[in-house]
Amino acid sequence: MSTATALRSRHLLGIFDLEPDEIDLVLDTALAMKEISTRSVKKVPTLRGRTIVNLFYEASTRTRLSFELAEKRLSADTLGVTTSISSVVKGETLLDTARTLEAMAPDMIVIRHASSGAPHLIARASRASIINAGDGMHEHPTQALLDAFTIREHKGRIAGLRVAIAGDLLHSRVLRSNALLLTKMGAQVCACGPPTLVPPGLDRIGVQVTNSIDAAIDGADVVMMLRVQHERMHGLFLPSLREYFMHYGLTPARMERAAADAIVMHPGPMNRGVEIDSAVADGPWSVILDQVANGIAVRMAVLYLLAGDEGGV
Amino acid sequence: MPIVMDADRMSKSLARIAHEVLERHRQIETMAFVGIRARGVPLATRLAAHLKNLAGVDVPIGALDITLYRDDLMRTPVGPQPVVRRTEIPCSIDGRPILLVDDVLYTGRTIRAALDALIDFGRPSEIQLAVLVDRGHRELPIRADYVGRNLPTSREQSVQVRLVEIDGKDEVEVEG
Repeated sequence: MSTATALRSRHLLGIFDLEPDEIDLVLDTALAMKEISTRSVKKVPTLRGRTIVNLFYEASTRTRLSFELAEKRLSADTLGVTTSISSVVKGETLLDTARTLEAMAPDMIVIRHASSGAPHLIARASRASIINAGDGMHEHPTQALLDAFTIREHKGRIAGLRVAIAGDLLHSRVLRSNALLLTKMGAQVCACGPPTLVPPGLDRIGVQVTNSIDAAIDGADVVMMLRVQHERMHGLFLPSLREYFMHYGLTPARMERAAADAIVMHPGPMNRGVEIDSAVADGPWSVILDQVANGIAVRMAVLYLLAGDEGGV
Repeated sequence: MPIVMDADRMSKSLARIAHEVLERHRQIETMAFVGIRARGVPLATRLAAHLKNLAGVDVPIGALDITLYRDDLMRTPVGPQPVVRRTEIPCSIDGRPILLVDDVLYTGRTIRAALDALIDFGRPSEIQLAVLVDRGHRELPIRADYVGRNLPTSREQSVQVRLVEIDGKDEVEVEG
């Protein structure tokens, strides 16, 4: 059982700021939240009268829907701001948008932005609790939490597991948040990607780096694939997607090297035939759809815990 | 501070409540018992064990966490959120008589939350309430159908129910 009874910050900006006992608290709370989604009335009155703004500056389907469902299942009032049809296209700056929203007194703002650090900027200007739903190439904390929840659900623990994370490491906020969380919780993390897509400094957070996917998968309990983000690459990093699949794609043959009861994860959306073979994505190892279902429970837990007034910063 | 109920009296009280429940329900096999976390759950389990002995009926037992339904949850100016535990209702409650079980009945606010929570799971044919101790000072129009012991207290006092399953021994103590 967790020893923390509250989160120490009123924002969730990244895994970097969380202590292991806070991570345990979120995961334990999510266990209780998950049951709510199995009822016929999938709603509890907990956040009645609270207002939550979903501010998405970047395309997102599953994260936005997952947050919206989590908010609705806790009875919060939610507003979605789609930036393509808002004042953002008229040239309003992020900070001005934040101040305008602030004047409408929301209790929480969920923000996704293409620039790393955008949620931190808003957090300094706002009385609302800020939840980072992905900022640039920096962090995506709720994704890492839902991945941890899914791992714990299937493996019963996180400490001591061998986790391989493979794919486009450079552009991945999912990698950064997951690597931070998994190493904090005592897992052994091995990251694998082509040399052009490996960011510097991964070893500083205790992650082993390799360019061979076979070496990364060897004996792994969890294989986590990352999406090749071709929209961020402009053709500069990879010769071709076909060649990428040959060298780094996750196939049933490669899964032979993993532990017998290994699970395969993917944050979505998947590029089938690029980073992952359909036979793996739909195969017995896959817990990809569990991740989606667990995302709602974990986000409900985060919303609930941040709604408590700790008086912190 | 005085122990107002020891293990022996607690066991006799629960046995009496089980008899009363049996007396008032002809179709005891349609019932389900739901304990309010934390200490209502072992109490519900013990009542079900009594009914098994008395009538040979296995009554399904559920556990209800009412944290997300509390009326003071978002109103306290400072303080962390209470820890949420799992709610487990093992069967459909539609059309069933439900016996809600808790350790202490005080303001009635916990029971109000429990009623709201239960009704989100379905439409029971009736809901009755059994408590080990009724200490008075109701703030809502709620009463218990089965009471182990009525205990006159002042608001300043606190009533501690200890159960073997959670605390290692059975007793009720009044403090302060």
